[in-house]
Amino acid sequence: MTATTTTSVSLDVRDVHLAFGPNRVLRGVDLSVPRGATACVIGPSGSGKSTLLRTINRLIEPDRGDVLLDGRSVLGDDPDALRQRVGMVFQQFNLFPHMSVLRNVTLALRRLRKLGADEAESVARAQLELVGLAGKANSRPAQLSGGQQQRVAIARALALRPEVMLFDEATSALDPELVKGVLGVMADLSAAGMTMVVVTHEMGFARQVADTVAFMDRGVVLEAGPPEAIFERAEHPRLRRFLDQVL
Amino acid sequence: MDPLSTLWETFFDWDAMREALPEMLTVGLPNTLILAVSAALLGSVLGLLLAVAGISRSRWLRWPARVYTDVFRGLPAAATILLIGVGLAPLGMQVWGPDPYPLGILALSLIAAAYIGEIFRSGIQSVEAAQLEGARALGFSWADAMRLVIIPQGIRRVLPAWVNQLIALIKDSSLVYFLGLVASQRELFRIGQDYAATTGNESALLLAGLCYLALTVPLTHVVNWIDRRLRNGRPATASTEEDDDDVTSYAATEGDRR
Repeated sequence: MTATTTTSVSLDVRDVHLAFGPNRVLRGVDLSVPRGATACVIGPSGSGKSTLLRTINRLIEPDRGDVLLDGRSVLGDDPDALRQRVGMVFQQFNLFPHMSVLRNVTLALRRLRKLGADEAESVARAQLELVGLAGKANSRPAQLSGGQQQRVAIARALALRPEVMLFDEATSALDPELVKGVLGVMADLSAAGMTMVVVTHEMGFARQVADTVAFMDRGVVLEAGPPEAIFERAEHPRLRRFLDQVL
Repeated sequence: MDPLSTLWETFFDWDAMREALPEMLTVGLPNTLILAVSAALLGSVLGLLLAVAGISRSRWLRWPARVYTDVFRGLPAAATILLIGVGLAPLGMQVWGPDPYPLGILALSLIAAAYIGEIFRSGIQSVEAAQLEGARALGFSWADAMRLVIIPQGIRRVLPAWVNQLIALIKDSSLVYFLGLVASQRELFRIGQDYAATTGNESALLLAGLCYLALTVPLTHVVNWIDRRLRNGRPATASTEEDDDDVTSYAATEGDRR
């Protein structure tokens, strides 16, 4: 995959708090991702990782704290415009099953970017080519394997030329033999200079691809640093316990 | 004459049927279709609005939709048609003259909308929340996400129930005869009934019944076909598309096909 982006920006999450009723899901999260870097967020289920991603593109509004793209707060922006700058990929793909693969990718290009039919199609086909699915443009999502569906979802997000990409356990719903293809696309995207936040249970991917690994537990980032530091010289006992269990 | 053949004559008098048939087809059928199709269109549009209002976060939309649905589902169709057709007749007179059709269609639509609204609402609510999240994450507004992603999927899921309602509508269109129709406005039922009344023989009414069946039975089969088609996609066209798994070095040799 060749470079798909030259416009990625830095991302900063500052002291983000969020509670659902009495349940404090995020309790002051900080995360800094320089332009073009990849941050992997690891941690046990229920630690707030997926919720954190959703506060970054404001699918969920944080109660307190700030989110900055390129050094500028996005909390005052129009959320729909913000989400066109921040691509997101979900565990369950969330492709639109009633549309062809091609239309899944062109929909936002046509309706939001206002591209003409031909232009949208050529952008979409090029993007599908990059994830290795040029031949599946006319299929329905249900006719593809999970791994292929997830790559379509990545192409759909990338077609909008996002400045930051968020991955929410993008391979957790896949059969083991399909995981590598998706991780490969993500690794290439990272190498191409996309700013990425990747919530993942794939420790091998985090170790190999991440610039920063952040360990979350109970709504806070307990420890963050380069992968070697996290995986070889973990300081916090909870992180060590977690790594003992998953590695 | 023995009772059995009397019974036979009452329902299966071919001459009576043959006599009624031309008017049935040239007057009754078009009128029934005009009533049913217009009310189906208007009722479905209103029903969709009711469905969206019914799932709105604003109680000022939810509440009126709820009350509307309860009222129009709860009243007998004949009563609603009379109330609207007769009650609004003076108003209608000023707008389009003495023609009872517009008010008849309006009444049929209002009734159908209450049922169709509930059908559409259940379909829309059955679409996974992840679909809305997926669309919003791309930058679509709530309204666009509903319009482009959620509603089309929701409606597809309830097509059979929607067609049930259209069938009910075809049958209920006979009730506009309450509103007083001139000869050229009579629909299937009214023509059958008129022949039956003048000849004392029910065969023409039976013929009207057969005409209704000729409309309703194929309709169910058509929608079942469409439903299957939407579920399975187009019949598979032979795919000549080449291998697509030349992903990356990281992907190494692992293929990713089913």
